[in-house]
Amino acid sequence: MSRPMVTYKPTDEVDFVIVGSGAAGGVLAKELSTNGFRVVVLEQGEYLREKDFTHDETKIFIQSLLTNKVNTHPVTFRKSADETARKQQAVLYGSCVGGSSVHFTANFWRFHEIDFKEHGKVGDIPGANFADWPISYADLEPYYTKVEWEVGVSGLAGSSPFDPPRSKPYPMPPLPVKGNGVIFERGCRKLGYHAYPAPMAILSKPRAGRSACMNCGFCLGFGCEVGAKSSTLASVIPMAEKTGRCEIRTNCYVHRIETDKNGRAVGAVYFDAQRNTHLQKAKAVILSANGAETPRLLLLSASSQFPAGLANSSGYVGKNLMPNSSALAYGVFDEQLNDYKGPAVSRIMHDFYELDPKLGLYGGGGLDARFDFTPISFALNGLPPDTPKWGAGFKQAIAHNFTRTMQIFCHGTSLPVESNNFSLDPDVKDAWGLPALRMTFRDHPNDLKMMEWMRARALEILDAAGAKTKWSFPVQEQQFAVHLLGTCRMGNDPKTSVINADHRTHDVKNLFLCDGSSLVTSGRGQPTMTIQALAYRAADRITTLAKSGEISA
Amino acid sequence: MSSFDSARRDFLQLLGGTASAAWLAANWPALVSAAEHAHQAAKSGNPALEVLTAEQAREVEALCTCIIPSDEIAGAREAGVVYFIDRALKTFFSDTLPVYREGLEAVQKTTAELFPGVPRFSAATEEQKLKIFSHIVQESERPESGARRLAPGASPDFFQTLRVHTIFGFLVDPEGGGNRDFVGWKAIGRDPSHSFSAPFGFYDKDYPGWQPVSGETEK
Repeated sequence: MSRPMVTYKPTDEVDFVIVGSGAAGGVLAKELSTNGFRVVVLEQGEYLREKDFTHDETKIFIQSLLTNKVNTHPVTFRKSADETARKQQAVLYGSCVGGSSVHFTANFWRFHEIDFKEHGKVGDIPGANFADWPISYADLEPYYTKVEWEVGVSGLAGSSPFDPPRSKPYPMPPLPVKGNGVIFERGCRKLGYHAYPAPMAILSKPRAGRSACMNCGFCLGFGCEVGAKSSTLASVIPMAEKTGRCEIRTNCYVHRIETDKNGRAVGAVYFDAQRNTHLQKAKAVILSANGAETPRLLLLSASSQFPAGLANSSGYVGKNLMPNSSALAYGVFDEQLNDYKGPAVSRIMHDFYELDPKLGLYGGGGLDARFDFTPISFALNGLPPDTPKWGAGFKQAIAHNFTRTMQIFCHGTSLPVESNNFSLDPDVKDAWGLPALRMTFRDHPNDLKMMEWMRARALEILDAAGAKTKWSFPVQEQQFAVHLLGTCRMGNDPKTSVINADHRTHDVKNLFLCDGSSLVTSGRGQPTMTIQALAYRAADRITTLAKSGEISA
Repeated sequence: MSSFDSARRDFLQLLGGTASAAWLAANWPALVSAAEHAHQAAKSGNPALEVLTAEQAREVEALCTCIIPSDEIAGAREAGVVYFIDRALKTFFSDTLPVYREGLEAVQKTTAELFPGVPRFSAATEEQKLKIFSHIVQESERPESGARRLAPGASPDFFQTLRVHTIFGFLVDPEGGGNRDFVGWKAIGRDPSHSFSAPFGFYDKDYPGWQPVSGETEK
């Protein structure tokens, strides 16, 4: 992999400065630089390469090699506005080139048609700030296909009767089935459900100079040592650099978007690794910093001209946080699955994507069969609740169960609730003296009820599949978010949304937002594919606007 | 054949048919270097203690051995867990050093109370160790202890801390300084190889390939 072929000075007015190199920022960098624009990507984290990745769980889970570091970037949490937030690792996101796409599981589900127009179908939901998208599935379909072929997704088209229409098959066959997938299929068939090969952003075949998956099993939480996981680091960022027009500048903590007297963005202000401050000038600014840091950056950019924060005339910046709902069920089987080998997931089912209205539940979800554990996380969290915590009984349990355990993960909707949000903590500061990220969140009661319903179905599937032992834990209110969705939502009405269908902020003509914050609904639990499809579409829209002079005018 | 050789062999076999020459050229030396480093770390003898005194290390090892005992299969002792903990207390777990200091004092006190003639925990018989350790765990699991731990500024519990650290030291990739010669992974049935090919286990070995649901529910 080559180093950046071009570097710019902060005083050079480039065409675009993009904040963040993750799932969306990486795609935008590639598309815009390929389209002839000069691009600087400002990334908060390091530029790690395949050789820097490791299976050492202490570096990943204790030292946060790939993710946000709460010792310098603290996060606070509270359940409601009448509480004082306390420091807590409430948010996890990628902090390296490639962002969260480096460490994610790589489940790559498309949203379905219903996800874009569910409010129109079911109407208002008490306690939710439910809305429809200004775009449809059909608008996004070509871009979903582009993600699959360019970023690299393995799967089997037509294998789910619930899938939305698609214009092309997957570019690669599914990854190998695992024991969990065979068992999940068995249980689903007995109950009349439709398990099918999971679409995954991991290469099942060598492609575009990248290796196929070697099934090492250190996937979730880890960077891929052979570039088979389709992070933006492995897929599109090398293409962006190859244009000779894109610089990926690392260790840049952007903390303010500067505007001029006319209310136009003039660039991004950042601290470099030595804590010196710079302004990277640009004709237009794109924030792809994720659904937590994009709204925080807008709020940090408040000025006398924008007293409530930049692009926040609606008051919606940071609001309607949707982290997706989830539940887990565990099963132990007689024989060895050895599910520590290979990517976490090999089969999923979408029979519950649109629930029967008679159930009285909104939204829906998908189930996948998986083994999410590394050796350490298994010993800490993967055993039945009545297992001894130490001694010979504990040792026997990890020895027997590690190779015989699987999980069913239920993923589902989070309804948008206005009081669920990211804001600036008034008391806690980060290592640079800036207000810390504060998360305020309490699940909508429907989401908890729906997940309890899904959890019961997951246990039934494990039963039907012949699990020797099975267990699960009641669904609880969430205090930890990985999917950071909805916090600068897209819409046609500037009073109830932050960006329009072109990802342009309603308030600042040359400021665009594209990441999880753009989503209007949360889908059924796997958002990255949609974030990347949006990024490809946004790049098309922004290119059209730039070439017609509508951004600089 | 060592586990490292086995890992390298499997890795080469897998890549031989799939990876591009350019990719191999770019990445293989670094991968080999990382794996060799891990291998050396796994093979080298006991490193020098940097944080714990020899006396403290002896007690910590005896306690870790209660959590993951040695039997016909290697336990915490054989995995070199105490050396992992010593390194961790100097680096990423350094904030828990006071927990160890207080915890070891408490263990000494409990040992003296339960078995007045025994000079220290590590000198107790196996039966005595189990009684002392059970007492420490029971103390940790008392509701009042849990409530104390939730108080602002309270120290983490010694047993819970030691348990987590022992599990890390037993099961971490040897690059992380524990799991000596992969004995922890072998104990739980994890093949130390770096890459694998399907089929992976019992249930997928005769898998006929994915077939659509016929419409009839299987019984």
